Amino acid sequence: MGTGAPTTMTSVAERISKDQVAHVAHLARLALSDDELELYTGQLASVLAHAADIEALDIAGVPPTAHPFPLTNVMREDEPQPCLERDEVLAMAPEAEAGQFRIPRILSEAP
Amino acid sequence: MSPAGSTQGHGSQGDHGSQGQSGEDRGGPADLSGLVGLSATEVAAGVRSGELSAVEVLEQHLERIQRWEPAVHAFNLVMAEAARKRAEAIDDLVARGEDPGPLAGVPVGLKDLICTRGVPTTCSSRILAGWKPPYDATVVTRLGPAGAVVTGKTNMDEFAMGSSTEHSATGPTHNPHDLGKVPGGSSGGSAAAVAAGFCTLALGSDTGGSVRQPAALCGVVGVKPTYGLVSRYGLVAFASSLDQIGPFARSVADAALALDVIAGHDPADSTSLPGQHPSAASRLGRGAEGLRVGVIAELANAQGVAGDVAKALERAAQALSAAGAKVDEISVPSVTYGLSAYYMIAPAEASSNLARYDGVRYGLRVPGRDITEMYMATRSAGFGPEVKRRVMLGTYALSAGYYEAFYGKAQKVRTLIIRDFEDAYRSFDVLLAPTAPTTAFPLGAKVADPLTMYLNDVCTIPSNLAGHPAVSVPFGKGDDGLPIGAQVLAPALGEPVMFQVAEVLEEAAKRGAE
Amino acid sequence: MTLQGWEVVVGLEVHCELRTRTKLFCGCPNSFGDEPNTNVCPVCLGLPGSLPVLNGEAVAHAVRIGAALNCRQQPSLFHRKNYFYPDMPKDYQISQYDVPVNVGGWLELPSGKRVGIVRAHLEEDTGKTTHVGGGGRIHEAGYSLVDYNRAGVPLVEIVSEPDIRGPEEAKEYVEELRGILVATGASDGKMEEGSLRVDCNVSVRPAGPGPLGTRCEVKNLNSLRSLGRAISYEAERQVQLLEAGAEVEQETRHWDESAGRTFSMRSKEEAFDYRYFPEPDLVALDPPAQWVAQIKAELGVLPAQRRQKVADAAGLSVSSEAVSTVVRLGLDPYVEAAAAAGADAGLAVRRLANEVAGLLDGGPNRLGAAEFASLVLMEQNGELTSAQARSVLKVLVSEGGRPEDVAARLGFEAMGEGALQEVVDQVVAANPREWERYAAGDEKLAGFFIGKVKAATSGNADLRAVSELLRLRRSGKAAAGS
Repeated sequence: MGTGAPTTMTSVAERISKDQVAHVAHLARLALSDDELELYTGQLASVLAHAADIEALDIAGVPPTAHPFPLTNVMREDEPQPCLERDEVLAMAPEAEAGQFRIPRILSEAP
Repeated sequence: MSPAGSTQGHGSQGDHGSQGQSGEDRGGPADLSGLVGLSATEVAAGVRSGELSAVEVLEQHLERIQRWEPAVHAFNLVMAEAARKRAEAIDDLVARGEDPGPLAGVPVGLKDLICTRGVPTTCSSRILAGWKPPYDATVVTRLGPAGAVVTGKTNMDEFAMGSSTEHSATGPTHNPHDLGKVPGGSSGGSAAAVAAGFCTLALGSDTGGSVRQPAALCGVVGVKPTYGLVSRYGLVAFASSLDQIGPFARSVADAALALDVIAGHDPADSTSLPGQHPSAASRLGRGAEGLRVGVIAELANAQGVAGDVAKALERAAQALSAAGAKVDEISVPSVTYGLSAYYMIAPAEASSNLARYDGVRYGLRVPGRDITEMYMATRSAGFGPEVKRRVMLGTYALSAGYYEAFYGKAQKVRTLIIRDFEDAYRSFDVLLAPTAPTTAFPLGAKVADPLTMYLNDVCTIPSNLAGHPAVSVPFGKGDDGLPIGAQVLAPALGEPVMFQVAEVLEEAAKRGAE
Repeated sequence: MTLQGWEVVVGLEVHCELRTRTKLFCGCPNSFGDEPNTNVCPVCLGLPGSLPVLNGEAVAHAVRIGAALNCRQQPSLFHRKNYFYPDMPKDYQISQYDVPVNVGGWLELPSGKRVGIVRAHLEEDTGKTTHVGGGGRIHEAGYSLVDYNRAGVPLVEIVSEPDIRGPEEAKEYVEELRGILVATGASDGKMEEGSLRVDCNVSVRPAGPGPLGTRCEVKNLNSLRSLGRAISYEAERQVQLLEAGAEVEQETRHWDESAGRTFSMRSKEEAFDYRYFPEPDLVALDPPAQWVAQIKAELGVLPAQRRQKVADAAGLSVSSEAVSTVVRLGLDPYVEAAAAAGADAGLAVRRLANEVAGLLDGGPNRLGAAEFASLVLMEQNGELTSAQARSVLKVLVSEGGRPEDVAARLGFEAMGEGALQEVVDQVVAANPREWERYAAGDEKLAGFFIGKVKAATSGNADLRAVSELLRLRRSGKAAAGS
């Protein structure tokens, strides 16, 4: 998906394809049926097309806002606080064994 | 957009305002009388003084729930037993001469994405069906010492994504004014619960309008506070830089009271505003004399705003003028782009916030032969279509090669909106706009086309992007007899003046000026 | 390892666990070896509704590390690094991306070479997965178990410029960095325990100036030895590819210690898209200048400064390797004690580097600083021979005690002046004819008498002292009872 990535939104909305939606679905760990893929591709394209109106704005020099208010340096003391009881923690687990969360095998290393 | 020729729900006539009517509990779910029609202020005063029994107050609410909840479906869970215990404890406190607090005995509903320890918090999603948090949200820990009686967890659009409460794994909520119509969303259950007299107050969450819009559609007051005023610790996150918990009530004074109880710095939330702030109720009763009110041109005349809603807003402006305010139109140009910016930012943050629902530690797990299969099977089965849509949209907006064009640009639009609001507030104390573009639409009318649904948020989104407070106040009725809300917007930490103006509108509405 | 005509270029990424009491974003204990999932809370488990709050001490450590590496501190942000993996409770890691807290520093190796430091930033650690079934290796496992005790532990990631040339220099870098990290108090530096983790980026290019070659990242290096071996292997692999006319693919590889080689982990197509964006639940980090200044002022003594101090005390009589060894093993306080007692610092350094260093391997160290100083003095003054001093030192290290006592126990009694004089007198008296010839000037007989004294004292006599006494007696004549 990286090569030739479009830089304008209008062109993206025209170009968003089922393949791109399938890729994004995989990134998000969602399994889509063919019908769903079809449906979502159309819906995402229409949302993106609508969002293309932002292109009209002259935004080059505008800084982005990540937080509405510029708070800084919110920190806490390095003091231990009570933890959860392990029973409570594992009671939520879909599967547990030997005090740990049990999961199906992992096929790849962590990045 | 307004539904032509639609009839009202059975029995729903007249003023559904904050004071209950005397007499029998006849009529539809939105006709309140007796204890269920009292305001929070009245209930608390009565319980504290011993005149009212918290248990008695609760029982009347539970009876009402029993009667109308099957039709309305405001709740995912009614906590009758726990509430009874709590109400008894409050009556005991009073009997011992102690003060239970400013919300003594007041039944409160909590949107089902506010964590309640040991009580299921499902976000109306299959993926969290039955999940019991091992901790309470900070707002819940503040309701307790105030004497509130948590009555239940209310229905919502799944993970707060929606404007109609139709995207719920537990089924839609019905508008108490017309059971064939939506209550709005995503906090539709909380809005409906208050409108139907199931609770006196309710808490919802507002990310793009999810408290204010359902408040408008259900004819109650709904507030989105200044970002950071109310702790988000224990609020299941949708879009972290936009989410705020806000109260529903049947009066402006009640809403301010509720906000004062839950607001305030929380060290567990790094985005929580530090310091003390004036009480939200501190300017109630002062009227509108001399205040400058700006009607946001781009929203008042936005495409999609129905005629009856536009007219109601005009009358709201006139009412404020008559009350002594200086009312003018103002242009806040960037708000037009708010919807687009929001539908990049919110899904992007949501796609990350919802990654944790993977079947490993809690919630639904659908088995797989390996972890990736398990992830995919779990998330595909656990999330509804609207959630999937937004997660994919958000993932796309953040993905390599697209970040600058989508998320990055949207964050810049956000800056423009903040600047435009700052400019506007140099000349005005508060701003005025519609809340929702139409009255409540029929169930099923907009579900098929996401974009049509998203347009419901056009008037509410800018406040979330800016982090500013806003309140929806019932003002007038549509051509279909259904409630309309007028929205008062204020600058950051402007809750006092915001409520001050909202109260003036409320009084005008009561006088029939709407 | 010599690769003719090729230069091996290495950049290192070191993850350092910080010595805080609690985790980076919550108050759970930062502790090792506890029962699984007992040091967890809603925040580090990533439960719905939980929010992170930054640990101020972790920030202080990060600033200490940055300062010790000569970095500039700047206002910084946290970002989310999004990917799915079961050891990550939120399926994203809170880290720092394009605006990290420390940038643009350098580290000076003992050899004097400077390695650039690109950045040193804060991030949270993951939980631990255990693979069950199969050989305990990930691909063969039947299922896995996850423990989140370590999820959320604070880390600082230190990224070097690709200034390192070869495996030896890489090991030197890690050793020096570890010494610095331990000196700041930020880390215990235990690579074998996982509190210090190293990944390397290796590329090769024809020797001489020019563009850098394609690099490969190598992970799973659990010791300095693995680091060295992996770099050597990887460099050779790449050179072979290039010499055969093929290309080096940019990829991440896994070091297999038992097989002695690297394996490809991911194909190019699966390059991770982390979808970084600023963490909305945290605010900007902009450490106040005064706080940073205070941290820098209290930074303490770093290895390079300690080496300088030892070198200054010892002068030219010691090699830089010896100085390095002494500091690396934390033995410089002994040098200080020796110098303070008036002993020869150069001798002290040599004894520490050549003797004590070897003795410390795996065993305890019971050598006291004052006792070491005394021993050096004893050797210096001739009370003990070098061989004797080394023997005493061995005992002092393994058992402790005072050098005088150990020497006595070993029969190395330093003979007092009087006792020595007595023996000299006895020997002279027993050998009158030889004495006459020596006294008349026959120097050859000095050796005869020294030998006799040595035999009479079982080798415990300081032979220089004996020579001196003989000369005195000869010249004084009247001193002895002749």
